[in-house]
Amino acid sequence: MARLKLATLWLGGCSGCHMSFLDLDEWLLELTTFAEIVYSPLIDTKKFPDQVDVTLVEGAVANEDHFHLIQQVRKNSKLVASFGDCAISGNVTAVRNRFQEALPLLQRSYIELADVQKGIPNDRSVVPALLDRVRPLHSLISVDYFLPGCPPTAKHIRMVLESLPSGKPLSLHGNQLKFG
Amino acid sequence: MSVVTLTINQQMITANAGDTILQAAKDAGIKIPTLCYLDGLSAHGGCRICLVEIAGSTKLQPACFMKVAEGMQINTETHKLKEYRKMIVELLFAEGNHTCSICVANNHCELQAMAMAVEMDHDRFDYIHPPKEIDISHQRFGIDHNRCILCTRCVRVCDEIEGAHTWDVAGRGGLAKVIADLDQPWGEADSCTSCGKCFMACPTGAIFQKGDSVAQTEHPRNKLESLVMAKDKKQWHV
Repeated sequence: MARLKLATLWLGGCSGCHMSFLDLDEWLLELTTFAEIVYSPLIDTKKFPDQVDVTLVEGAVANEDHFHLIQQVRKNSKLVASFGDCAISGNVTAVRNRFQEALPLLQRSYIELADVQKGIPNDRSVVPALLDRVRPLHSLISVDYFLPGCPPTAKHIRMVLESLPSGKPLSLHGNQLKFG
Repeated sequence: MSVVTLTINQQMITANAGDTILQAAKDAGIKIPTLCYLDGLSAHGGCRICLVEIAGSTKLQPACFMKVAEGMQINTETHKLKEYRKMIVELLFAEGNHTCSICVANNHCELQAMAMAVEMDHDRFDYIHPPKEIDISHQRFGIDHNRCILCTRCVRVCDEIEGAHTWDVAGRGGLAKVIADLDQPWGEADSCTSCGKCFMACPTGAIFQKGDSVAQTEHPRNKLESLVMAKDKKQWHV
């Protein structure tokens, strides 16, 4: 049987969800027996593949690069899962939304509070433009599955990944769905 | 005291006439979820989590307020109620800034626990992210309006148990907020006795002890329960 094509994405988040993924430890070897990681910050790939079975998305949609990438991710993935609180709710990444727009935030951070070299970074070849508001993934593309937690525990990640070959990811219940 | 018989979830129970549905259910060992309700305080009926269905009525009724009646047929766990409860929790999350991961009350929060109970895995409503303030002018406590769900437990406990009535609610709709005295910084509110009962009663991380970091705040609810017992039953824990 062909292995499942699994991708993981890192948008506006702290990488804690991916660290929790790495907490799967030796079970990662078992994972590779039924799934192949085709795109991830943990492996050396630059382009999101054309056909992916499952994509786990860590982080909120915070800038224009994220915004464009997730359109492609949705188009090329059979199943898209919001992986962790930032993807699901914006979480810490969205704390800046109290400014409502990007410019006042950038002014506050890079001009008002800066000690040296005051100025908003705007070289678009280096940093993508911030969206005015940080958005949860499901507010922009359709999302098939939600795995909350900051980060989701390795135990729950494993339970979900183990259920993937059956075609339908496991439904989590009650205390397994904990934010924070 | 006269007794009435009624059914809750097809279970026949008896209750004292004059009891609320919530009280009758509790006495019969049936748990109805609540959020703004707190034992020992008057009911508020604000959060709508305890809504129940009563046969013969198209209106859902809050169990914390609605009195029992002879022959009442009550359902507390229908699909419709579960769906509404989930929606209420989603709305609470959407209209505040409840970032559980960086909250003093993480792992000890009734709103977070309610989200698990209703199995909320994401919010179907758009987050508003309103710019709200934090007041740390009080010597011992702080109030973070970002995390306030306007349950009014602090208002009621301060008025009904402490007798100070420092807290009240000002404003309407999305602008409603809990205020100290005449909308002053908490530290300047003369009526506050610094008793900490609002902190004991708060269901979320809105009222916290200064110095608490993420996940450190546990509201000492048992202290409040002792006070309520002393007030209602004249019994003191020694």
